[in-house]
Amino acid sequence: MPIRSNDLQIDKMEMRNAYIDKLIKLAEKDDKIFVLDADLMHSNNTYKFKERFPDRTINVGIQEANMIGMAAGLSLVGKIPFAHTFTCFAARRDLDQLYLSVAYAELNVKLFATDPGIAATYNGGSHMSFEDIGIMRTIPSMTIVEPVDSTMMESIVEQITYTYGPFYVRLFRKNPVKIYEDGETFKIGKGIILKEGSDVTIISTGIMVAESLKASALLEKDGISARVVNIFTIKPIDKDLIIKCAEETGSIVTAENSNIINGLGSAVAEVLIENKPVPMERIGIQDLFGEVGDMEYLMKRYHLTADDIVESVKKVLIRKKMK
Amino acid sequence: MFTKTEVLELKEFAKKIRIETLREFGSIGSGHIGGSMSIADLLAVLYGKVMKINPQDPQWEDRDWLILSKGHAGPSLYATLALKGFFPKEWLYTLNKGGTRLPSHCNRLLTPGVDMSTGTLGQGISVGLGIAKGLKLNNKNNFVYVIVGDGESQEGQIWESALFGGNAKFDNLIVFVDYNKQQLDGYVDNINPLGNLGKKWEAFGWDVQEIDGHNVEEIYIAIKNAKAVKDKSHIIIMNTIKGKGCNFAEGVELNHHMTFSMEQINSAIKELEKSNI
Repeated sequence: MPIRSNDLQIDKMEMRNAYIDKLIKLAEKDDKIFVLDADLMHSNNTYKFKERFPDRTINVGIQEANMIGMAAGLSLVGKIPFAHTFTCFAARRDLDQLYLSVAYAELNVKLFATDPGIAATYNGGSHMSFEDIGIMRTIPSMTIVEPVDSTMMESIVEQITYTYGPFYVRLFRKNPVKIYEDGETFKIGKGIILKEGSDVTIISTGIMVAESLKASALLEKDGISARVVNIFTIKPIDKDLIIKCAEETGSIVTAENSNIINGLGSAVAEVLIENKPVPMERIGIQDLFGEVGDMEYLMKRYHLTADDIVESVKKVLIRKKMK
Repeated sequence: MFTKTEVLELKEFAKKIRIETLREFGSIGSGHIGGSMSIADLLAVLYGKVMKINPQDPQWEDRDWLILSKGHAGPSLYATLALKGFFPKEWLYTLNKGGTRLPSHCNRLLTPGVDMSTGTLGQGISVGLGIAKGLKLNNKNNFVYVIVGDGESQEGQIWESALFGGNAKFDNLIVFVDYNKQQLDGYVDNINPLGNLGKKWEAFGWDVQEIDGHNVEEIYIAIKNAKAVKDKSHIIIMNTIKGKGCNFAEGVELNHHMTFSMEQINSAIKELEKSNI
């Protein structure tokens, strides 16, 4: 059975290693796989790919725009290019190139962006990307995924590689909280019910999945039955699952490490309002800039903790009752 | 290597490209006329003599590639492609009309023979670098050609790709700068001058040539020279005149995008037909 208990452990595997080791394995059998990085090879661990396949790796230096353009060119001649940078640069420095040279041209570029949201910790406000999901969501054809732990990461790399089209992969690169059991598999576009519940559904992504599970355990003590769903594909979003949860639990709380404007919460709200409007609350960055600090400080600073989720659930349940 | 007849044929081809481009514009009454006319001679040499292409199979794996980074000059590329038989000439008169296969700025998904979508400036050389690298990995000896504008050279990404391309030494990449001296708001020199453009590219490590971009012989020889230089990425700066060959646009200020009447177009075509440019 998958790990769904209150006893959450830290993943033994760093996400960046889970990813790059799997990509190297795929590249052993497929010489179309190509890696580009923009002077972050030792942050993203893409240097491991370079050591194994020097001819199929390019470090462009600090040139994010040029990197995406080159990736588009490689795609034109049949390669499967994987480009890497931090989420802040991916969203803010690459937008036009991703839009025009990649998506508009229907090319097959995979962009792996690390340190999403508060995960930029000591790099602070300049590097903290709360806007990336919102920006990527509005690029037609862009698939957005945020893998939660090493198990999920390993499972989806192959699907990303062999699903034609642009991908934005929002990657927490260090050791996350382990959510899934080794060997579990996932399908891009399909959300996962992690824990059953009948009063409310907490829909979360990334580092907020662990907080949502913690919140659900806390709520149980108060006699509130909270379902926990991990939506890791933010676009295209799992509409059916969201509608099902709205129908079955009658209220929704979303939780994300991102600006609530045009993030996961917005995507869920769009589905609800057009299909099954129910009371909903959003946990996430309340349209603010980032700042320095460790994860614990930042979780509290931006109200991303399990306690914050509990509070939002209680609020949404009052609204549900009034309805 | 280049007979007098061939020179005349290419000049004739360039003239036809200009005439068809004007007809395209005439069908809609406005467009990016200046920068479309200034690259006609280059397109004539590339598609008339230099590039490996197959109009029956535009995606032919062994073709040479062309990226029109200054995507707003699409209409003259469309004229060239239609004249080479990539698609019916009648398409030319659908330019920018709803549902057309020929949009103002190049779109590789819509137009047979267009290798890359462009339109927001500065991106073409980066894409060319990616193609050049991919061709080398695939052991292909095809060339990739990129056409950038002079105004476009104010973009930061151009200089990212200049730095990378100088270091990468992709000798299967040839970039052309259509140095027609004018951009949307006026003369490049009055807005944000490029200074000594050749010296700049040389400093970035490229094989640089500067030529008359309206002389088909010079263009052909420059490409041949570039191909003879190994282990360097190539750039050919073409001195051109914005609007070249169109009597109401050539050398005129603010000729980047113009509106015009069918009478103006017809008179320009008539004059072109008589001329020997």
